[in-house]
Amino acid sequence: MTKENVTDMNKVPSMYPTKTKAQVTIIFFAILAFYLFSMYWTQQQMVGGFGNAFGNMKQVIEKFFPPNISVVKAIWPAMAQTIQMAIIATTIAAILTVPLALLSAQNITTFKPLYLVSRTFLNILRTIPDLVLAVIFVGLFGVGIFPGILALIIFSLGILAKLISETIEAVDMDPLEAMRASGGGKLQVIFYGLVPQILPQVTSFILYVFEINIRASVVLGLVGAGGIGLILDRELQFYNYPNAMAIIILIFIVVIVIEYISNKIREALI
Amino acid sequence: METYTLPPKPHRSTWKIVKRVLIALAIIALYVWTFLGIDIDWGRAIERSVKNFGILIPKLFSPEWAAMSEVALKIVETIFIAFAGTLMASILAVPLGFLAAKNMTNRGVATFGKWLLSANRSFPELILAILFVVAVGPNAFAGVLAIAIHSTGMLGKLYSEVVESIDMKVVEAMESNGANKIQILFFGVIPQVIPEFLSYAIYRFEIDIRASSVLGIVGAGGIGTMIMFASMNRNWNQMGLILLAIIIVVTIIDFISAKIRRRIV
Repeated sequence: MTKENVTDMNKVPSMYPTKTKAQVTIIFFAILAFYLFSMYWTQQQMVGGFGNAFGNMKQVIEKFFPPNISVVKAIWPAMAQTIQMAIIATTIAAILTVPLALLSAQNITTFKPLYLVSRTFLNILRTIPDLVLAVIFVGLFGVGIFPGILALIIFSLGILAKLISETIEAVDMDPLEAMRASGGGKLQVIFYGLVPQILPQVTSFILYVFEINIRASVVLGLVGAGGIGLILDRELQFYNYPNAMAIIILIFIVVIVIEYISNKIREALI
Repeated sequence: METYTLPPKPHRSTWKIVKRVLIALAIIALYVWTFLGIDIDWGRAIERSVKNFGILIPKLFSPEWAAMSEVALKIVETIFIAFAGTLMASILAVPLGFLAAKNMTNRGVATFGKWLLSANRSFPELILAILFVVAVGPNAFAGVLAIAIHSTGMLGKLYSEVVESIDMKVVEAMESNGANKIQILFFGVIPQVIPEFLSYAIYRFEIDIRASSVLGIVGAGGIGTMIMFASMNRNWNQMGLILLAIIIVVTIIDFISAKIRRRIV
C-alpha cells in the first residue's frame, strides 16, 4: 500500500451531516450543563461533601450488618398482609378498569366528547404518585390498610385502563363489524368479538400491574397505610438497623419470587 | 325451516382439563387466603371518613397560594433529582445492558447480567432512599443515588432487549471484512441502538419524576418533604397546591418527552 492511499483512507467522509453534528453537540453540552447544575444543587445541603459520604457509607454498612434474621418469623404476618393488599387492590382495579378502558378506547366509544373526558381523567389520575394518594387517604380514613388498598386501586386503575384501552384500539375490527352487520347488540359484539382478542394481553397487563402493586405496597406503610412498611418505619425510627435490614432482605426476596412467577406466567400467555 | 349444525367442539385432552382445574383451584386458594387474612376496621374507617370528608376535600381544592414560591423551589429540586439520577442511570446501564445481552457475550455472562439487573430492580426506590439517607444524610443527593441505582436496573433490562434485537447481519459483514471488536461495537452496534437507548432514557425520566416526588417522605429531598410536613400538620390547603404542582409538572414533562421520543424513533 502506498503512502498516498493511507492518507486517502483517513479522509473518509463522516457518516453524519455537519448540521446534525452541530445540533448533537449543542444538545450534549446543554444536557451536561443541566446535569452539573443538578449535581451541584442536590449536593449543596450535604454536610462534609462527597468524600465524607463514602466513609459514612462504610459505617452504615457495618451498622446494617449482620441482619437479624430471627425477626423474620415475627414480621411474616405483616408481609402476608402486604401481599394480600396487593392482590385485593389488583383484583378490584381489574374489575373497575373494564368500563373505563372501554370508554377511553376510540374505536368502541364513538361518541367523541365522552372519549376525551375519560382520556383526560385517566391522564390526570396517572400523574399522581401512589404514595401521595396514600397520604391523602390516610388523612381521610385514618391509619390502616384500607387507605393503602384504596390508593393502590386508584393508582393501578390509571395504568391498567390506559394499557387496556390501547390494546382495544389495536384489535382487528373486522369480526366486530361482521357481528354488528349480522345483528349483534353492542354488548354481544364486545363479549364475542372483542374479549377473545384482548384476553391474553389483558391478563398479562393485570399481572404486570400486580408486580407494580407488590412493589408499591411494601412502602405504603411508611406513610401509615398498612403492611410491612409500617414495621420498617418503626425499626428505622428506633435505629434498629439489623432488624430493618432483615425486613429489607425479606421484601427483596418476596418481590423477586413474585416477579419471577408472574414473568413465567406472562411468557406462557403471550 | 333449515336445521343448522354447529361445528364440532375442539377436542380437549384430559391433561388440559386437569391443568385448568388445578390452576382454578390455585387461584381460589389464593383468594381464600387473601380474604381470610385481611380485616378492615370498617366502623372506624367510615366514622373517620364521615368526619373528615367535609373538611379535607374542600381544603384540597382550595390551594394555599401563599406557599407557591416554596412549592416551586421544591418542585425544581425534584426535577433536578430525577434528571441527575436518570442521566447517571442511563450511562451506567449501557455496559450492564451489553453484559446482559445474549448476542454480545456468552450465555453464562448474559444470564449473570440478567440476574444482576433483576436483583437491582427489585429494591423499591424508597427502600434504596432509606439506605442512602442513612449513608449520606437527609438531603437531595440521597434521592439522586436512589433514583440512579433503581433506574439502572430498569434501563439495563430494556437496553439489553434492544441490543438483542439488533440486525446481526451488519455485525457479521463487518466481522468478515476484518473489523476488530471495537470497530464493530462503534460502527455496527451503537448506531443501531442509540435511538432506542435515548428513547428509553427519556421515558425513564418521566417515571423518575413521579418517583422523585415522593422520595422526600423518607427524607431524600424534593417535593416529598413538603408532602410529609403538610400531612403531619394536616395542612390540606398546602397539600392541594402540592398536588396541583405535581400534576402540572408531570403532565408538561410527559408531553415534551412524548414529543421528543416520537422524533427520535
